[in-house]
Amino acid sequence: MEFSELIRTGRAQAKLLRGPEVPPLHGTLCVTGHHLLLSPGPQATSDLWLLLLRSVDSIEKRVSGDSGTITLRCKDLRVLQLDIEGVEATLDIARSIEALSSLESVITSFPFFYRPKGLRLGDAWHFHPPERYYKRVDRETNAWRLSEVNEDFSLCPSYPRAVIVPRAVDDDALERCARFRQGGRFPVLSYHHAPSGTVLLRSSQPLTGPQKRRCAEDEELLRAVLAGARPGARGFILDTRSAQAAKQARMTGGGTEARAAYPGWKRLHRPLERGWPLQESFVRLVEACGYLEQSMDCWRSRLEACHWLGHVKEALSTACLAAQAMEREGACVLVHGAEGTDSTLLVTSLAQLILDPSSRTMAGFQELVEREWIQAGHPFQLRCAHSAFSHARPKHEAPTFLLFLDCVWQLGRQFPLLLEFGEGLLLALFEHAYASPFGTFLCSSEKERCLCEVRTRTHSLWSGLNQPKEQRKLRNPLYVPSPLAIWPSVEPQSLRLWQGLFLRWTRPNLQR
Amino acid sequence: MEHIRTTKVEQVKLLDRFSTSNKSLTGTLYLTATHLLFIDSHQKETWILHHHIALVEKLALTTSGCPLVIQCKNFRIVHFIVPRERDCHDIYNSLLQLSKQAKYEDLYAFSYNPKQNDMERLQGWQLIDLAEEYKRMGVPNSNWQLSDGNREYKICETYPRELYVPRIASKPIIVGSSKFRSKGRFPVLSYYHQNKELNAMANRAAGKGYENEDNYSNIRFQFVGIENIHVMRSSLQKLLEVNGTKGLSVSDFYSGLESSGWLRHIKAVMDAAIFLAKAIMVENASVLVHCSDGWDRTSQVCSLGSLLLDSYYRTIKGFMVLIEKDWISFGHKFSERCGHLDGDPKEVSPVFTQFLECVWHLTEQFPQDFEFNEAFLLQIHEHIHSCQFGNFLGNCQKEREELKLKEKTYSLWPFLLDDQKKYLNPLYSSKSPKFAVLEPNTVSFNFKFWRNMYHQFDRTLHPRQSVFNIIMNMNEQNKQLEKDIKDLESKIKQRKNKQTDGILTKELLHSVHPESPTLKTSLCFKEQTLLPVNHALRTIEGSNPADNRYSEYAEEFSKSEPGVVSLECGVARMTC
Repeated sequence: MEFSELIRTGRAQAKLLRGPEVPPLHGTLCVTGHHLLLSPGPQATSDLWLLLLRSVDSIEKRVSGDSGTITLRCKDLRVLQLDIEGVEATLDIARSIEALSSLESVITSFPFFYRPKGLRLGDAWHFHPPERYYKRVDRETNAWRLSEVNEDFSLCPSYPRAVIVPRAVDDDALERCARFRQGGRFPVLSYHHAPSGTVLLRSSQPLTGPQKRRCAEDEELLRAVLAGARPGARGFILDTRSAQAAKQARMTGGGTEARAAYPGWKRLHRPLERGWPLQESFVRLVEACGYLEQSMDCWRSRLEACHWLGHVKEALSTACLAAQAMEREGACVLVHGAEGTDSTLLVTSLAQLILDPSSRTMAGFQELVEREWIQAGHPFQLRCAHSAFSHARPKHEAPTFLLFLDCVWQLGRQFPLLLEFGEGLLLALFEHAYASPFGTFLCSSEKERCLCEVRTRTHSLWSGLNQPKEQRKLRNPLYVPSPLAIWPSVEPQSLRLWQGLFLRWTRPNLQR
Repeated sequence: MEHIRTTKVEQVKLLDRFSTSNKSLTGTLYLTATHLLFIDSHQKETWILHHHIALVEKLALTTSGCPLVIQCKNFRIVHFIVPRERDCHDIYNSLLQLSKQAKYEDLYAFSYNPKQNDMERLQGWQLIDLAEEYKRMGVPNSNWQLSDGNREYKICETYPRELYVPRIASKPIIVGSSKFRSKGRFPVLSYYHQNKELNAMANRAAGKGYENEDNYSNIRFQFVGIENIHVMRSSLQKLLEVNGTKGLSVSDFYSGLESSGWLRHIKAVMDAAIFLAKAIMVENASVLVHCSDGWDRTSQVCSLGSLLLDSYYRTIKGFMVLIEKDWISFGHKFSERCGHLDGDPKEVSPVFTQFLECVWHLTEQFPQDFEFNEAFLLQIHEHIHSCQFGNFLGNCQKEREELKLKEKTYSLWPFLLDDQKKYLNPLYSSKSPKFAVLEPNTVSFNFKFWRNMYHQFDRTLHPRQSVFNIIMNMNEQNKQLEKDIKDLESKIKQRKNKQTDGILTKELLHSVHPESPTLKTSLCFKEQTLLPVNHALRTIEGSNPADNRYSEYAEEFSKSEPGVVSLECGVARMTC
């Protein structure tokens, strides 16, 4: 497919409005395969203005007389207005943007063409391989091994090639465990908490089904986890669905661990919102933030009605519960919901931030995102296909990763000295997860990334962010390392709306 | 003290208001003439001034003892469990008596003794001089003069003796006007705005009903709709009910916040003040502000408007002047509004608290424009209720004079100034021009719940580390280092003068060596103050899972081998 087929018009004269506080930009508008360009003309002092088409979430066109207006709502929540000379030009440009911004093919996306100066392909892709994290675990305990049973992604398409599993469980047993878990996501190590000798595991739901099937190897795996921790260790299975929902899942072949089958393990249910309701909450919050002139009561009731902060609270308190079970009770914790690729990762990654000081550093946090979200198989391509403005019928969108970033922001607000990175990194991750010139957030699993050769043909976001000039903007100048666990308050009075993100483009005096 | 039957009770438990794990501290409760004191087993002291107590409740007896709940005017809520009902009853009765005094002379200010002589006390009272303040504003001048009409409080009892009125307003005009106005509160000058191009002022008056527009030429009317004291009182009551709820969900919090209407009222006051400031600045108009009596809403709007217009009021001293002028001297009824004496509960209203909250909102929007910080506002709020100083006692200047407050009590302001360091805003940039007018944005999401006011004693709800303290410490450190540099530079100068050949002696080299005593101390200082963690407790400034609500599920962990029923029960509790 040629991009030129989708580009209806070469250029047009236009005026760009970027919000109330920024002066408008005049120039020649031009659509290319991946970008919208506005060139202010040779005598102008300002630079070329560039927008990645992939970051357009929704487009609205209006014509009157012999000119037209296009409103672009972007995935980073920015709203842009283009006033264009000529009705035909307006319609053509709008159609071109519509077609080009919704291309689904990964290998024709911009990261495959992006070749920034100063970066070499493949630079940062080797920073965070599973082997590296395993080395750390192996220094702390010898109860775990790195298994390459998933080398060809046949056991579990959403897991990386190598996973960390109990030493006592062999690859054959893992194969049978995989068949017992949805999507093949058998329990693997997420984090080893050295001070207490406990571990955090994640998986998907067991496929018990209506007949309450069991799987000896799966049971053996969890027994081995406790045996590897310390004599008499206990475990908690943290199900991110309600007991009711977990029970109902049996009807469709899923289910949850039967008590009798897993001695030493206790099940706790902490329902977290996911999928469409979470996306709707995001959409409604962004909608509420769009009305500048609304009464106080209107704003409060809109804020309340969208429930976003309620989701933040639930996610944080569930992560705290998992962390507390490990650090204070000396128990091992297995987290799963249904697929184990959304709320499960939310809980395991937040629990690590609470417990693990190294995940609160700049490098450690990037490693955490890479290991617990990207390599752990969070389907970014599906979840972040559209942001809050899209009119398209939502399919698999859900802002789980944004919810994670918001929770991290809340932690940073309550512990302003303990994160090495600032709000800037979180905003950058939000932007890049939804639309990016880098390949890091492309695809939904390691298998897909492998097929598309993402690691060799695109640049890593980490290389981009770790350049010295970027780092200056992303670091927290007040950072002081601390070896301790951080326990946030989850009371509603302690949680705040993340204005830096949700009101980033509308809040008038952000710069003060 | 005839009201105190029991002075000491042991084995009293203090419950944490927001912990649902029913964890408590055990300690000893002492009752003194002025305070209730609780010392826990870690020797941590909790002092509660009797005057701060708004409500004491004795709840139904439980197996562990008799619960005693005390709500304070500074929003502290303590929940004690006294082992013996008899003791609880005694303390309850004593507190009922001690927290509600019938006479001014029984208030703390009349017995408070900071060990100063009469001279020092008088100087303290002279610190804020309103005559000086009017001079600063530029009055008297060709248009405004000091009127002696109220020198004996004959025209208006609730105004101060010294009032500024237009030169053309003769005494008969003033008297006539005062008869037309509620409580005789005729229009007088509150703030005179001088600028190169314009002169305008805000002034104030009282009125029941409003002026007939036909009778006033060249005047425009604007109604700003700030609710009355009763609405404000019940709004705060609702707010406190909501945020005092245990296990509050996010949506209950927001819907409670909304239905209390509190932030809507704050916004109304702010909007009115912005209107006033704009009229003076943009339209070069004079503004007359009044409500019904002119001592509540009028004070809010005049003082907040002046704060927007004049950067002087955004300094520590200037803010004291502002409160003395617009609130104390113009007769805001502090004693009635704060319930200093056992009086009519319908007169109590958080009018001044709202003013402080509006100022706090401004400090949030303009972090560099205020010399003082949040702690200053909280401290002032503490003392409008404490009755420890004379400033806020009584309801008007006349009453204060009759009480001889300046002879018998101390002024708060010199004590705050002595502690100035605590109240400085490290981000303040004093370089802003004198008449840098603040133009706050009153878009709804700029109004936030003031957690540090309404939960100031609920430490578990606060951020675990304070950026503010860090910046303060860094500032201190920088000052020290700058001083070190100066010392060293002057030493070098001395040496150079002595030794013109320019060879540095061994001693001088030693003094700039990293291990020199001055540098060493400042480095130590850095380590001590920047390290936010307390290794002994293994928590970060109160960060502890047990302090937080997710710890209620910890009980799940503690159970040894639970049966099916109890776990499901736990699940049900967690899901609902």
